[in-house]
Amino acid sequence: MNIPSYHINNLRELEAESIHIIREVAAEFENPVMLYSIGKDSSVMVRLAEKAFFPGKVPFPLMHIDSKWKFREMTAFRDKYAKEMGWNLIVHYNKKAFEEGVGPYTHGSKVHTDVMKTQALLEGLNKYKFDAAFGGARRDEEKSRAKERIYSFRDKFHQWDPKNQRPELWDIYNAKVQKGESIRVFPISNWTELDIWQYIRLENIPIVPLYYAKMRPVVNVDGNFILVDDDRMPKEMAAKAEMRMIRFRTLGCYPLTGAIESEADTIEKIVEEMMTVTKSERTTRVIDFDQEASMEQKKREGYF
Amino acid sequence: MEIKEFLDQDQKKDLLRLLTAGSVDDGKSTLIGRLLFDSKKLYEDQLSALERDSIREGHAGEEIDYALLLDGLKAEREQGITIDVAYRYFSTAKRKFIIADTPGHEQYTRNMVTGASTANLAIILIDARKGVITQTKRHTFLVSLLGIKHVALAVNKMDLMEYSEEVYNKICDDYKEFITPLGIPDVRFFPMSALKGENVVDLSDKMPWYHGKSILEYLETIHITSDRNFEDFRFPVQYVVRPGNDYRAFAGKISSGIVKQGQEMMVLPSGLTSRIKEIVTYDGSPSQAFPPQSVSLTLENEIDVSRGDMLVHPKNLPSISRHFEAMLVWMDEKPMDLNTQFLIKHTTNNTKARIDSINHMVNINTLENFDARTFQLNEIGNVTLTTAKPLFFDAYKKNRQTGAFILIDPRTHHTVAVGMIIDKISARQTHRITEVELQKVAQGELLIHPAQKEKRFNQKAHTLWITGLHGSGKNELAYTLYRELFQQGATPILLDGKSVRAGLSRELDYSPSDRAEHLRRVAHMCRLLNDQGMLVICSFVSPDNAVREQIAQIIGPDKFHLIYLEATINFCKSNDQYEIYEKADRGEIQHIPGIDMQYDIPQNTQLTLNALEKSHQAETVFQYLEKNNIYPAS
Repeated sequence: MNIPSYHINNLRELEAESIHIIREVAAEFENPVMLYSIGKDSSVMVRLAEKAFFPGKVPFPLMHIDSKWKFREMTAFRDKYAKEMGWNLIVHYNKKAFEEGVGPYTHGSKVHTDVMKTQALLEGLNKYKFDAAFGGARRDEEKSRAKERIYSFRDKFHQWDPKNQRPELWDIYNAKVQKGESIRVFPISNWTELDIWQYIRLENIPIVPLYYAKMRPVVNVDGNFILVDDDRMPKEMAAKAEMRMIRFRTLGCYPLTGAIESEADTIEKIVEEMMTVTKSERTTRVIDFDQEASMEQKKREGYF
Repeated sequence: MEIKEFLDQDQKKDLLRLLTAGSVDDGKSTLIGRLLFDSKKLYEDQLSALERDSIREGHAGEEIDYALLLDGLKAEREQGITIDVAYRYFSTAKRKFIIADTPGHEQYTRNMVTGASTANLAIILIDARKGVITQTKRHTFLVSLLGIKHVALAVNKMDLMEYSEEVYNKICDDYKEFITPLGIPDVRFFPMSALKGENVVDLSDKMPWYHGKSILEYLETIHITSDRNFEDFRFPVQYVVRPGNDYRAFAGKISSGIVKQGQEMMVLPSGLTSRIKEIVTYDGSPSQAFPPQSVSLTLENEIDVSRGDMLVHPKNLPSISRHFEAMLVWMDEKPMDLNTQFLIKHTTNNTKARIDSINHMVNINTLENFDARTFQLNEIGNVTLTTAKPLFFDAYKKNRQTGAFILIDPRTHHTVAVGMIIDKISARQTHRITEVELQKVAQGELLIHPAQKEKRFNQKAHTLWITGLHGSGKNELAYTLYRELFQQGATPILLDGKSVRAGLSRELDYSPSDRAEHLRRVAHMCRLLNDQGMLVICSFVSPDNAVREQIAQIIGPDKFHLIYLEATINFCKSNDQYEIYEKADRGEIQHIPGIDMQYDIPQNTQLTLNALEKSHQAETVFQYLEKNNIYPAS
């Protein structure tokens, strides 16, 4: 028995599973897209897609839904890597709302998120008539995601109905949709936050520098450190800025994403911090406090 | 421990996927909550959110309600039960775990089957106060059905039975008696109190009589790699990578077996062979690959390979067939409609499938078989299926990847059923026409009364069905009857195998199940034509008694007249216009009644004619038609 040599470790098993999912989608859908959020999970997902089709090119585009309030470092990172790696990158934003000046400071976090993220996403999906969209959500992130399928069915209005999801067994995925319906695909569903960091470390995957601790100007808003990223922050708020050693555990719109105080400036230190400091990652995203089960509500409306 | 060391160790851990099953009050969620909590993976704010939720909705009084950790969706939380599969993640120093948490509630077989499909191991919870109950049996059956090889029976709530060894032994004995026939290879027993944490992570001092491991220690140490099938190489092609030039790599996930560079390969269904040129991955070209790795393979020769094909070793082939027997679990709210042509997805293949027969159903509470005409939600049964193109499969017991499939409704696109292949169907096995609910064979609109049609055409709208071996002279008789009837003023219609197979049944072959489907179509056509007042003459071998009886049911027994042309096989061979018997003797064709397939001699015919007395046959039929007022009708 030479079984020990056929041992597979957890990361390689997860990797194989994700690659299988990505290939299934490319083979069975007419027009898939990979939603790229510039975050660490997206970076892992993109690497998995590159692996899936090696030595060929990834046969579908990436799409970034730009809320126009992302951290500047995120946008710079996105443009640099899209160019270097030769990605087919679509950047879509809600032009009308942007021109009307919608933003979190003037319209509040709920309206901003709804208009610049959810609506913009739906607009982008409709514009290009994508029938499948990859997302980098993980089941361990949040309670309502623990039950999410890998192929998550959405109706013509991109809505998610928890009572109307298809049974999903083994690794056999049902890719049948009527015209206008679509599937959101979560190829890294079974990865945990630690798995993501491990993989980034192992594979040397580039990530936005905001994940690493650095002295940055921040304002303390109800216990959340908000980065002074540009001059759109109200002046009276920006006036309270102070330099702190901080980093971000998740990335989104800068006024809605809180930083944590940290000394972690390497992946190893980040993991160490993660294993010892006990705050689950989504708590630093301000919008989650809006209402109970808010993520579930957003999903029903078409957000991930 | 240094963080680098921690990370290096962590990435070497393997992954165990487990399923937990138990009734609503067995303490399943409490056990999971404790595994997560005690393995120190519960983040602080998840805990504080939980305390907030508990006050509002909790069911466990003052203590922390671990169950709330696991219930995800708001609608479900309001009902107080989990109604879907939730996946939870935790990690210990030795291993990583994915728990599929599935509810034990009566109507949710569907969810448990889902959770079990990817699990290596199942923990089945028993309430020590109740012992082995119906639900325990049901859960165990489903676990064995889905091919889980390791079962841990957790006898929970031992604290409420004063940690009694006697109680525990009794439950274990009852369970062993029940589980033996199911053939699950590895079953372990654990006395436990999830609520108090006894024998969950650490061994309990309350039960000194127990000398086994704690449940977590068991989960950390059980060997699972050898559960994978490393024997039979199966590589369903998912995607063809074409970066340019003539380079083509065949991408897929290895279902089972080992592949090595240089090894000989056969491509199914073409049967062409070549050798592995390279195992391609983003991280280099390994000399071998094994399940469950996702790789790409290049071949030395240019062979046409596309998605849905399978690469295998030429000396170790799967079954290649359109007909197989399977256990089916019905997953849809709407009951099965046997007339549906389902879409089937099996490995990377999509094609059509029909249910030829429901052989029996299983009562999952008693494990007894019973007969049924259709499937309702959560019902499980043994069926025979036929697919539109051949699939490459193994028995699910041997190979979980190539033995599993899903059925999709062609209209709603729901995944309506999932199946586990038992075996291919032997070509000789008799098939029946798909059971039809007779009320569904509805009468056409009654625009003109049958009596009026009978008067106009001067004939009874019946079907004369001639059966007999190839070469018995069926067609000659049918043609003679047709010509004579027409010349005498009747309005006959002639249906024979050649004409129907040329169009209506063109995708069907001569296997028993396709013959049955072919004849089903003919029978329905006869019924339609009879409804329109036509007198139909049919000439079909129709070798199977059961099928002929069903044809009579579809047409209506009072309108169905079975005429048997009796002939010896030697006579038929001498009268063999199409050289069918010669070809069969040379082994060029299969499924020939009287040669390699049974011809059932019909017992209750309206007429039996001797093939040798050709000149009398038509006359005898005409006498019969006249006597029964079929033609002329008046």
